[in-house]
Amino acid sequence: MTVKDVKTILDGSIICGEEYLEKEVHTACGADMMSDVLAFSKNQSVLLTGLCNPQVVRTAEMMDIVCIVFVRGKKPDEGMISLAKERGIALLTTDHRMFSACGLLYEQGLRGGACS
Amino acid sequence: MSDQLHLTYNISPDDFTRAGEASSDVKGKLKQMGVSPEAVRKVAIAMYEGEINMVIHANGGTINIIVSPDEVKMILEDEGPGIADIELAMQAGYSTAPDKVRSLGFGAGMGLPNMKKYSDQMKIQTELGVGTTVTMTVKL
Repeated sequence: MTVKDVKTILDGSIICGEEYLEKEVHTACGADMMSDVLAFSKNQSVLLTGLCNPQVVRTAEMMDIVCIVFVRGKKPDEGMISLAKERGIALLTTDHRMFSACGLLYEQGLRGGACS
Repeated sequence: MSDQLHLTYNISPDDFTRAGEASSDVKGKLKQMGVSPEAVRKVAIAMYEGEINMVIHANGGTINIIVSPDEVKMILEDEGPGIADIELAMQAGYSTAPDKVRSLGFGAGMGLPNMKKYSDQMKIQTELGVGTTVTMTVKL
């Protein structure tokens, strides 16, 4: 699916990175602990998180993550937005909670990748 | 690619907002040099975890990066408290980070295990009260 599909499925809104809406996402990861995210290395991923600080964007940058979804309506601040723009990462926000957001994407065929 | 590239970064203590800037810079430079995306990611993640560790546990420190045609060597030096039990620190899930750090998304006890996972070689030299040097190598 694409970033745009993720946005539609989660009834989300885009904060920055409209130009990446057509980008493909192949896997997803849902976590609030960034080291758990860093333990998971997959191509073209989307990250769902309830954490909202600059290290979320940094973590996504290191992992080449395509898109970050902030759950429960969290909104990143200006510093995070400009960092994401600089690094070419799309930011979305959704009112869904983590469990539901992950479930909705899973239901539509997005997977987490094999355990490693 | 030139024979060798040497980069030095000073990691400032307690500035959590800026933690990761050095790793980000290295990532950009390796990409520019045409290093494979897989190797770039391994270096970026291993170094980023190390950089975060230095900010959380060690009052900052210095990172030296040496890029040669066949490997990237990362040397992370700090004058922090040292690691009392390396074997324990290497266990996934073991952490001594304060709650404040956990609320920022780190301190899950995955830092050192992740550094080992993403580097091809890792060596830790540590002395209590003196500091820690972590040397990691990623093959190109």
